[in-house]
Amino acid sequence: MEYLIGIQGPDFVLVAADNVAASSIIQMKHDYDKMFKLSEKILLLCVGEAGDTVQFAEYIQKNVQLYKMRNGYELSPAAAANFTRKNLADYLRSRTPYHVNLLLAGYDDTDGPGLYYMDYLSSLAKAPFAAHGYGAYLTLSILDRYYRPDLSRDEAVDLLKKCAEELNKRFILNLPSFTVRLIDKEGIHDLEKLTLGAK
Amino acid sequence: MALQDICNFQSVFEDRLTTEYPAVPHGKKIASSYVSGLPFSNNKSLFHFYIPVAEYLDESPIQFGQISTVQNCSAVSSEDPFLTSSSLPTCLPFASSQSVPLPFPMAHGTTTLAFMFQGGVMAAADTRSSCSGLVACPASQKILPIHSHLVGLTSGTSADCALWKRILARELRLYQLRHGRRLSTSGAAKLLSHMLHPFKGTELCVAATLCGWDGGETGPGSRGETTKNQMTELFYVCSDGTRLRGMLFSVGSGSPYAYSILDQGVHWGLSVDEAKSIAREAVYRATYRDAYSGNCVDMYHITSKGWTRRNREDLKEEYYREKERRKHEKTERRDVTFSD
Repeated sequence: MEYLIGIQGPDFVLVAADNVAASSIIQMKHDYDKMFKLSEKILLLCVGEAGDTVQFAEYIQKNVQLYKMRNGYELSPAAAANFTRKNLADYLRSRTPYHVNLLLAGYDDTDGPGLYYMDYLSSLAKAPFAAHGYGAYLTLSILDRYYRPDLSRDEAVDLLKKCAEELNKRFILNLPSFTVRLIDKEGIHDLEKLTLGAK
Repeated sequence: MALQDICNFQSVFEDRLTTEYPAVPHGKKIASSYVSGLPFSNNKSLFHFYIPVAEYLDESPIQFGQISTVQNCSAVSSEDPFLTSSSLPTCLPFASSQSVPLPFPMAHGTTTLAFMFQGGVMAAADTRSSCSGLVACPASQKILPIHSHLVGLTSGTSADCALWKRILARELRLYQLRHGRRLSTSGAAKLLSHMLHPFKGTELCVAATLCGWDGGETGPGSRGETTKNQMTELFYVCSDGTRLRGMLFSVGSGSPYAYSILDQGVHWGLSVDEAKSIAREAVYRATYRDAYSGNCVDMYHITSKGWTRRNREDLKEEYYREKERRKHEKTERRDVTFSD
């Protein structure tokens, strides 16, 4: 139902998420933002079960901000990803596991850009590109075919557009628009929303 | 000074616990302070209120022959239900309460809707309370005012909705007394969402739409015109954890029918009368098609001056009026074709 995608370039990470908030068969919102800003250069994209997404993502968000307040500097993306994974793992075998699938994208001043894939079983993998949702089945092969580690920003956006067009063509559900953001050493930039007309 | 400190609420409460239930093992309380139920806060805040701890729900007095499968769960300390690592692999999650056969099947039939426009927020709902195939009450009230500038529409289990509305009203009033200002609609929605979170996975079903007008108190620094802080807000809060802000929501079994009518006509520039008529039309069409919605329609209009209630209207009349109209149109068309 929901779709997340992330593409890492040499000095940036491009992420996109769909904008639909659905409840059974009804689209309750068409402009819902699934990205949570953890810090100036880290974004957490979160999809999954209805209340769990917001609860878990906000919990991580507030803890990352608390770390900054206590220690005076921000968590790096790798540390934030591992912190998130640890929390998911701790709750997994409790009475209240969080059923959420995540992408964490960030830019570290020393290590460069990073994209981390996490799923509800608290697996963690650093990947050059990743996607969540049923749409991932349709778009991962496009990413496999066209991805290069030295993509420019425009090429990455074009690759994203190719994925969105494929979803529009073959995915049974209607995902009319996507929020797109780019993270680089300057921080998080909002790009133009990707909207696709009817096929 | 908060009301609870003045009347020594907390100490009275704790005394009652220790004296009345001495045999209870440490950690099992009948009720717990909400803060201890959260995974991330152990600090004392002003945010104390009484909600029944979920273990209490497992010991339901309604025993219709089922065997309790969660006896070992009650031994788990309720103080940090989220922080204990699972030492009881046989302990079932809250979902065990679903195995309890209810005395009668509950149904969640209703049509409620609310939308924002230039004249405030318009909220409408039907008045039928159903209980599987039976109309339990043809004149129930699904729109409950919480305070002068906040109204809540309820969908789901009627009892749950009535209870949680009262709890929310109490907490908002306490907030107002403690902090000297009303909590915004966004804050009220967040509060309700957090209060409902511990019950996720149980049979609790509350889908509430909060319609409110947030206004800052006019102080010496503010000018007379509408500032950015003063605006209508519309939030949808569900017991599964969803919390959405939007311009138009419809909830319940009749909501798809209502959505299709509203999507055609609702836009920001509606006049108050147009908004009233489209809300009424949407509820009417939903009650026509949905078996679990019907009887009358209630309408509330929320503006900066508070909420105003329109008289309850029986939709049966509207149905007969429309039937007359259709019959009239059919005879007219027949006359036209004959005369050609």
